Amino acid sequence: MTDEIKRYSYDVVVIGAGGSGLRAAIEARLQGKKTAVISKSLFGKAHTVMAEGGCAAAMGNRNPRDNWQVHFRDTMRGGKFLNNWRMAELHAKEAPDRVWELEAWGAVFDRTADGKISQRNFGGHEYPRLAHVGDRTGLEIIRTLQQKVVALQQEDAVEFGDPEAMIKVFAETTITELLSGDGRIAGAFGYFRDTGQFVLFETPAVVLATGGIGKTYKVTSNSWEYTGDGHALALRAGAKLLNMEFVQLHPTGMVWPPSVRGLLVTESVRGDGGVLRNSEGKRFMFSYVPDVFRPQYAETEEEADRWYADPDNNRRPPELLPRDEVARSINSEVKAGRGSPHGGVFLDVSTRLPADEIMRRLPSMHHQFKELADVDITKEPMEVGPTCHYVMGGVEVDPDTGAASVPGLFAVGEVSGGMHGSNRLGGNSLSDLLVFGRRAGLGAAEYVTALASRPAVPEAAVSAAAAVAAEPLERPEGENPYAIQGELQVIMHDLVGLIRRESEMKTALVELDKLRARAAQVSVGGGRAYNPGWHVALDLRNMMVVAECVAQAALERQESRGGHTRDDYPGMSPEWRKVNLVCSLEPSGPSGAVSLRRQPTPAMRTDLLELFDLAELKKYMTDEELAGLPGATETSAEGTH
Amino acid sequence: MGYKAALKIWRGDAGAGQLADYDVEVNEGEVVLDVLHRLQATQATDLAIRWNCKAGKCGSCSMEINGRPRLACMTRMSVFSPEETLTITPMRTFPVIRDLVTDVSFNYAKAREIPSFTPPPEVKPGEFRMRQEDVNRSQEFRKCIECFLCQNTCHVIRDHAENEGAFAGPRFLMRVAELEMHPADIADRREIAQDDFGLGYCNITKCCTEVCPEHIKITDNALIPMKERVVGRKYDPLVWLGSRITRRGAKDTPAVPGGR
Repeated sequence: MTDEIKRYSYDVVVIGAGGSGLRAAIEARLQGKKTAVISKSLFGKAHTVMAEGGCAAAMGNRNPRDNWQVHFRDTMRGGKFLNNWRMAELHAKEAPDRVWELEAWGAVFDRTADGKISQRNFGGHEYPRLAHVGDRTGLEIIRTLQQKVVALQQEDAVEFGDPEAMIKVFAETTITELLSGDGRIAGAFGYFRDTGQFVLFETPAVVLATGGIGKTYKVTSNSWEYTGDGHALALRAGAKLLNMEFVQLHPTGMVWPPSVRGLLVTESVRGDGGVLRNSEGKRFMFSYVPDVFRPQYAETEEEADRWYADPDNNRRPPELLPRDEVARSINSEVKAGRGSPHGGVFLDVSTRLPADEIMRRLPSMHHQFKELADVDITKEPMEVGPTCHYVMGGVEVDPDTGAASVPGLFAVGEVSGGMHGSNRLGGNSLSDLLVFGRRAGLGAAEYVTALASRPAVPEAAVSAAAAVAAEPLERPEGENPYAIQGELQVIMHDLVGLIRRESEMKTALVELDKLRARAAQVSVGGGRAYNPGWHVALDLRNMMVVAECVAQAALERQESRGGHTRDDYPGMSPEWRKVNLVCSLEPSGPSGAVSLRRQPTPAMRTDLLELFDLAELKKYMTDEELAGLPGATETSAEGTH
Repeated sequence: MGYKAALKIWRGDAGAGQLADYDVEVNEGEVVLDVLHRLQATQATDLAIRWNCKAGKCGSCSMEINGRPRLACMTRMSVFSPEETLTITPMRTFPVIRDLVTDVSFNYAKAREIPSFTPPPEVKPGEFRMRQEDVNRSQEFRKCIECFLCQNTCHVIRDHAENEGAFAGPRFLMRVAELEMHPADIADRREIAQDDFGLGYCNITKCCTEVCPEHIKITDNALIPMKERVVGRKYDPLVWLGSRITRRGAKDTPAVPGGR
């Protein structure tokens, strides 16, 4: 029975059932397309549930001065101006509508005193901007989208007599290969987890919404699903990955006990008043404010503390610098011997807020530390340190439609690249999922509508995909896939981690090369039905190629910017800001050979450039670029905008 | 610090299975899921476990540990003594797929029967105004991570599979309560809560509340208040008379057609 390949036909297939995948699928279904959602886990369990702090949208509910321009500016600053400006613009403009839409679909956000959606402070955001539900905002968003899918299915049950007539969720199903015909997407091949049976989805449009690559690192806040599947599927289908060197280390992961090392501690702790201290009790972040951010951040503890009550007349505490800055600062403190007993620093909210307020604002954090580390955060500080959290790099897409370079392929959310530049601001991920989820769903629907004919799936490609997927089970002898995965995580953590240097990355590439040969020869025992060893073996193939991209791009970029810090090139270079690094697979070369090339970044529209002071732009751009700008010839550009 | 734990783990599929014995290393600070992962990586690569976030936020790794329904990722090994043999079995109420993984599709079918959030048609997105104190109750229920431990525990279906058609289980009766208490919802699900989702089967033994890893007061805050509302709607003679004479008042929302 399992030898038979189950076949389905859909207009749009969305791979991934987190926030971006569900939002894309909802849109495709609203556009009248027959839509499948492929979920690696059960429906409603995707990684989006891990998002805690909130969803950034300039609704201006807490501070009426907030608007899309301010949000755009913050996003570009956070990404160190490497963001695709068009994506940052669309994101800032459309995020409020996407949040309000969720409320109309049943989301229950925390409220302001006048009954609107409450918004909280977060790193890098000038005003309180994050719509939130305590510290479980991601759960609220995924549940709301899940329930919207159900609501649509209920409508379809009335209209067609079948709730799954127009939108169906395939839970615990993994796609292992995209199939093309005539150079266009024609289908997606994979397996059902419960039986191990192979499945083919014939479809002209695939939306990748598979999330990130965190499982290629040893210490990560990411779940088992984050094996870079979509990144690898896109590469193998002929699409390109953008700026894979930018990997965000969230500054605050748990460091103890060892089994939960890396588990996320929400940035809301700092947004709501928590401070970072070293072993000497010093609030060390004041010593680490970089020049580009100096005007916006407080210089004394007194000013920083006044900011919570009076943000209009005081500058922000440096604990709320963008994540890359805070992660590096913590790393420096630990290296200098001023760390906490288990190799982190102290994050303290217990001396900053009353216990009942902590319980109200940070219930999940209280629960997490109490249950897993025996720490009561209302009474004592937490120990925290950097953890691999998010990849800014991803599939290169058209900003307006999410279309990748391969016709019929779309990407959205963490698997797509460009939106966040070299560093993502907290809260900008949930809004990214919603804004571009809708746009990719629309883009895919429009693409399908415009098709004159649908490409056919070549049968040879189906049998080839089936053969590759079955290999680890059929190979009589070979290494244990769990062991190889463990080695890969150590290589990436040790040699392509937070602080990078040329010699180590060269070593990493050599090691990855050796490991790739071994990974291709793993063998697993057991049968096809719900066999995790087999699943790891198949995921490993994706992790290997993604790791190669990260290492190659990191070696190439000779500067430090956002989620890419070079010990040997510590400065940020305006010349490098003009460069995107693009990975693709060599079609003629040995299988898995990644090729890397440089590509110029798109020039920002003038009206958007004018949102910044020239003095600020000077920190990021070359003299040549600045010379072309209006006002650049004036002797002093300070305060012109 | 480390020691070897003796585990008895249920291995098998829908056809048959039995407890298998393993000795697995345990280190300081670990949870049951860590130990199962070590077993998987070193001795039993094909051991089927469902898990995801390993942080108590996704509700995937529900199982029964020494007979108690729990999340494996939130159960610390330190609650057991090193000499104790741990018996780990799949959730009993749902059909086994393989080893510790069960078929929980029952729950997704029930979710689809409940009439969805129904705001007043004239309120546009962005126009909702709700006070915090009015959304607190729905928010408590929306903390649910859908681990289905309450569904697994409730004796109405755990011990009586024949009730599965008539009873939605605590998780979904709580979903009805959540929508009924949502300040912007205008549907009325009281009648169907009783007739279609089997609220009357619940005899408030609070087992669901006891196993909830999110510590939601399912019985006290959702089920009992729903029972009171249903009584007011269905059995108050004045309400009944009023509805006969005037034909006024909110209409009952019917169950979703095609849901079953």
